[in-house]
Amino acid sequence: MAEAEGVSSATPTEEMNGAGNLMDFLDEPIPDVGTYEDFHTIDWLREKSRDTDRHRKITHRSKESIWEFVKSLLDAWSGWVVMLLIGLLSGTLAGVIDLAVDWMTDLKEGVCLSAFWYSHEQCCWTSNETTFADRDKCPQWQKWAELMTGYNEGAGAYLLNYFLYVMWALFFSFLAVSLVRVFAPYACGSGIPEIKTILSGFIIRGYLGKWTLLIKTVTLVLAVSSGLSLGKEGPLVHVACCCGNLFCSLFSKYSKNEGKRREVLSAAAAAGVSVAFGAPIGGVLFSLEEVSYYFPLKTLWRSFFAALVAAFTLRSINPFGNNRLVLFYVEYHTPWYMAELVPFILLGVFGGLWGTLFIRGNIAWCRRRKTTQLGKYPVLEVIAVTGITAILAFPNPYTRRSTSELISELFNDCGALESSQLCDYINNPNMSRPEDDIPDRPAGPGVYMALWQLALALIFKIVITIFTFGMKIPSGLFIPSMAVGAIAGRIVGIAVEQMAYHHHDWIIFKNWCRPGADCVTPGLYAMVGAAACLGGVTRMTVSLVVIMFELTGGLEYIVPLMAAAVTSKWVADAFGKEGIYEAHIRLNGYPYLDQDEFTHRTLATDVMRPRRNEPPLSVLTQDSTTVEDVEMLIKETDYNGFPVVMSRESERLIGFVQRRDLILAIKTARQKQDGVVSNSVVYFTEDAPQIPASNPQPLKLRRILNLSPFTVTDHTPMETVVDIFRKLGLRQCLVTRSGRLLGIITKKDVLRHMAQMMNQDPESIMFN
Amino acid sequence: LVLALAVSLVLALTPANSEDIRCKCICPPYKEIEGQIYNQNVSLKDCNCLHVVEPMPVEGKDVEAYCLRCECKYEERSSGTIKGTIIIYLSVLGLLLLYMVYLTLLEPILKRRLFGHSQLIQNDDDVGDQQPFANAHDVLSRSRSRPNVLNKVEHAQQRWRRQVQEQRKSVFDRHVVLS
Repeated sequence: MAEAEGVSSATPTEEMNGAGNLMDFLDEPIPDVGTYEDFHTIDWLREKSRDTDRHRKITHRSKESIWEFVKSLLDAWSGWVVMLLIGLLSGTLAGVIDLAVDWMTDLKEGVCLSAFWYSHEQCCWTSNETTFADRDKCPQWQKWAELMTGYNEGAGAYLLNYFLYVMWALFFSFLAVSLVRVFAPYACGSGIPEIKTILSGFIIRGYLGKWTLLIKTVTLVLAVSSGLSLGKEGPLVHVACCCGNLFCSLFSKYSKNEGKRREVLSAAAAAGVSVAFGAPIGGVLFSLEEVSYYFPLKTLWRSFFAALVAAFTLRSINPFGNNRLVLFYVEYHTPWYMAELVPFILLGVFGGLWGTLFIRGNIAWCRRRKTTQLGKYPVLEVIAVTGITAILAFPNPYTRRSTSELISELFNDCGALESSQLCDYINNPNMSRPEDDIPDRPAGPGVYMALWQLALALIFKIVITIFTFGMKIPSGLFIPSMAVGAIAGRIVGIAVEQMAYHHHDWIIFKNWCRPGADCVTPGLYAMVGAAACLGGVTRMTVSLVVIMFELTGGLEYIVPLMAAAVTSKWVADAFGKEGIYEAHIRLNGYPYLDQDEFTHRTLATDVMRPRRNEPPLSVLTQDSTTVEDVEMLIKETDYNGFPVVMSRESERLIGFVQRRDLILAIKTARQKQDGVVSNSVVYFTEDAPQIPASNPQPLKLRRILNLSPFTVTDHTPMETVVDIFRKLGLRQCLVTRSGRLLGIITKKDVLRHMAQMMNQDPESIMFN
Repeated sequence: LVLALAVSLVLALTPANSEDIRCKCICPPYKEIEGQIYNQNVSLKDCNCLHVVEPMPVEGKDVEAYCLRCECKYEERSSGTIKGTIIIYLSVLGLLLLYMVYLTLLEPILKRRLFGHSQLIQNDDDVGDQQPFANAHDVLSRSRSRPNVLNKVEHAQQRWRRQVQEQRKSVFDRHVVLS
């Protein structure tokens, strides 16, 4: 394809010297021909051919001398260097976030007297004064009431602890929302819908900037520590992509080419999920399935490398003290039975139903926030939600602690050494075998109490997460959904276990459970429930299963996890096709062309502009428009580009020119070239047109003309047109009939048409 | 970027504390003996019941039965990392808070004292945003026309502030991006 020569690629010295010096860093970047405006879509074809040109030039030069050869090697290796740096920085930031969250969450309840920077568990680590009965308590760590008044028990101490817990939670969330508001408003929310849109070709300047990175890291810790029902996985993906963007600017190979930059961002997203879950393979699959739009195979290997480096860096920082990457790494070795597939599928159905409920509720609430008065008080909203969460969460011990700890406890199996209420089974003291072997035991009163509290916690979490996700602080939803699923799964697991114990003479249980043998593991049900709920909300498939089995290390549990994930996706898809991220993309009106099939039988003429009652297409002619005409056209319309035709009579298409390039070229010409005035003729042909010598000097603008715009005929079915837009990443497409230009179809028109066909509001598509 | 490199350097250089490894054995109640927790800092190969549980509360044949119930886990941590990370995080947070307080509260007061009230009334663009110091910076920059680093830093800061203002408008006021 003949390339529109926009930018001559930088000389090799500039390419290697990508960083520049301090003064250049402070200067305002001069908009170049070939860059894009904010909130516009990139031209994938142009970026791809620019990269091929650059590569060809380097390969050609590398034969000239040894120095050029070395430079070509460095250029080839720059991709791997970027991946290495991204992995290192994401791993470090994730380690810092984990450690800080650990400490600050415990800060709401008490403080370590010997060294204030230790969390509860770390404080009691070296203590020799723990007894078996209270193995969580040690004298070095005191709750606030004990510190301030010296009393540990009693109503007064309880109320004081309660009050201080709420105060700390409010303080943390107020700090978080003020920092976001003052320094980096783009740091709020999860980030994954916007990153999906950016990776499909959209430009949001500043979304992956340095301040956004800093503020998102700092406020994520504050938001998670304040006890709100949100997680840190989605924001970690955003943080990793910011790191990716940061390192891209070091190398001109990536900083000047938006298409190549998005390859790096895909790999960075994989690194982000990898450190969030400790699942490198799951991270790569998540990037492939959920986040990326175009995922060439070269990116697969590089993403894996980045994810591995990130996971390794996180492990060497060792935030959890036992060489594990995630707080809830459990290792089971108990088998599961075929009959248990029934409750697993039930959990899948629950996950699908909850996913639908959550998506509908959350989108309705977010829409209300966008359109009514509620959106005018973001700080107040955050504080109110935090207050409600803290006040309702403190009384229930399962919601008082952080959600990750809750999930960890629910996933863990009850050994004889567990002291929590959930493991308060009645042990037969006359057992001859050691109690590590968990036979089926009847539940003691502690278990029933724990079940009640868990049921209340479930309802609370279901309701409050709908209002929390989407607030103006960094918020993720993986951990809350997993918590909902884990609670439901554990309840079902305990129910099945008790049923198996009390009715062990039923046929199903007789074949499967023997007295004294392992039968039902409630922890496994919790895991399956967590997978089902997460799948119901995000509609992940393969990546979900891989993440879950990397989390637990149990390859034997793939089948139950898959059963639950598949069921929940089917049930959720029956109610609505979109996952939470696609629903947010549609709510915001981003120009994201989905991968779904378009099956209506409309033609290109039905969608193209201008319609019948609209003014005719604004075109430029190849050699008869004056500079003044062009400037008038630019001022009166706001189209992103103009077709260039042979003449107004014949209307045969020559090419297409972008608005931004036109503006810059005319501005430069007026400043630099002599003799160019408003009456000068603008020409796009190779040779200047024949004009009398008295006329002012004509202006040649051939270099900004794209000589091969995409065209379709007016009878092309829209199915094909949508396919072309999706596969090639076009922004606009011209419609011709027998060579004559009829109209233009832009991506926005395609999206509006698709929305109309699906009976949604076409006016909600905001961007181009 | 510099900060991250500093963090990783600090973490790599903190010496290993001998208190940072331990073997923790939890032994549940057995016959008349109540439950106990034993901690010792021994290495991984010595992390089992026989080495860690001292003094052994049972005799002879019962030792094996008692030890079968005990669960021993080897754990290590890096206390230097934890201390360094928390202190770095708190200092970054403190700096950001100070800067935020300076931007929102102190700067308008300082500029008002330097330039008087009249200059601040001429706000050009935004209605709903209090950025009176934006104008004051223009006055400052116009008075000094030497292109030195300080001027450039001011210009860069101005540009950054305008960008943040734009972002704030699209996210918080018009709700165009990020619902």
